Amino acid sequence: MNRALPVLSLLFLLLVWEGVVRGLAIPPYVLPTPSLVLLTLWSSFGSLAVSWWFTLKISFGALGLACLGGVAIACVFALSRPLEAALLPLAVMLQVTPLVAIAPLILIYVESTTAALLTCAWVIAFFPILSNTLAGLRAVDPNLADLFRLYRATRWQRLRLLLVPGALPYFLAGLRISSGLSLIGAVTAEMVAGVAGRETGLASRILEASFRSETPKMFAALVLLVLTGVLVYSGFNALSRIALWQLYGERPKENH
Amino acid sequence: MNTRPAVVLDDVSKTFDSGLQALASVSLQAASGEFLTLLGPSGCGKSSVLKLIAGLDTPTTGSVISPATQAPGEAATAFVFQDPTLMPWANVFDNIALPLRLAGASREMMRARIAPVLATVGLTEFAGSHPAQLSGGMRMRVSLARALVTQPRVLLMDEPFAALDEITRARLNQDLLAWWIERQLTVVFVTHSVYEAVFLSQRVLVMGARPGRILEEVEITAPYPRATTFRTSLEFQQACARLTAALDRAQAGAPA
Repeated sequence: MNRALPVLSLLFLLLVWEGVVRGLAIPPYVLPTPSLVLLTLWSSFGSLAVSWWFTLKISFGALGLACLGGVAIACVFALSRPLEAALLPLAVMLQVTPLVAIAPLILIYVESTTAALLTCAWVIAFFPILSNTLAGLRAVDPNLADLFRLYRATRWQRLRLLLVPGALPYFLAGLRISSGLSLIGAVTAEMVAGVAGRETGLASRILEASFRSETPKMFAALVLLVLTGVLVYSGFNALSRIALWQLYGERPKENH
Repeated sequence: MNTRPAVVLDDVSKTFDSGLQALASVSLQAASGEFLTLLGPSGCGKSSVLKLIAGLDTPTTGSVISPATQAPGEAATAFVFQDPTLMPWANVFDNIALPLRLAGASREMMRARIAPVLATVGLTEFAGSHPAQLSGGMRMRVSLARALVTQPRVLLMDEPFAALDEITRARLNQDLLAWWIERQLTVVFVTHSVYEAVFLSQRVLVMGARPGRILEEVEITAPYPRATTFRTSLEFQQACARLTAALDRAQAGAPA
């Protein structure tokens, strides 16, 4: 029943939307009905799919790089408190600056548009992974660490048998947040870039449609984005639940 | 019983970097095969003594002779904490296998060594369970099994049963004595329970706080094996009274 509730409420909202637009005879270039949006999505799926694929590539690419970068920086910080003290504020500054404000700069400095988009998405996606993984590495039970020392564990054993499994739940929580952020980053950066050319993403489709007042198409691209975001998030949610279940032998609490 | 000392602390003091003096001029010996208990109020440095014996800490002055400080690679010392200190991501078998794995044992060797220990602590059917699926008493049994699996000569226990309910605690006391006799272990046991100290030990050192030091020594001469009827005997009550009085004297000088 709880699973059905969000679907039911969404369907209800769509019905109200459809009814209001039809009842008040609002023109489609102001507000299209959900059914028209769906039709538009269907008819222009060919061109939208190519852009959708591009956006997916950018956001997954950025997410992958965010994992590598976030985990690597977290490991360095965990090994050295002074380095953390010196560099974490920089990471925080990068995190709190709105992406739209730095994206134009990145676009100037990074020549390839694809690389610039990747960089933008990375900038907002790496921080949750960094801070969560660092928290996980720091949260190691000190008694357990003592036990590893008592039994003369090597650095490698400590990493593999203590730090990695201990930090994994934290990393996965960061990954879930970053999966959504990387998509947001990819779209935002493309909006700012206003990319035109051979390879462009969903943001360009939305901009294009807005220039031409093709409101239904804007909505269609938006629907595709929302669906992608929801799918990506739930995908990573399920993935981390399964991983934690395998690791801890119990169903972990939901969305902790 | 052999009287060769297994553990010797000679005029040991310990001052932390913060300037806090944890131990002042502590000298003690534990004979090989002895059951020695350190009893005292919290903050009296009982745990610091155990860490020094385990080689997890070094004294500021004085010397510590124990298997862990003399022959560190041998895993002749085991440590049991107040918390079971298990790896939540690993099942019972893998938790118990930890010291063997860190020493580079093969899977067959682990199996051969773990099966009898699992039987000893009565957890044979739970080898595949994760800590979260076990009760507090069972988790402590896993912790004890992990300590016993390396066949240590010295077993250091830091208030291991303090967090358990009375019934579980009494049973584990009984089991611990049986393992101690069977395996001819040297046990250094830390507790703040007078009853537990009397029931288990051959000799009790009463410690005082600020700075931690040994104030009195009380011998418990009752023969082993000690049955539960020992708990209601006159001898037990007299020993408890003697220890309680010593503990009162230890606390008399210190602010409450």
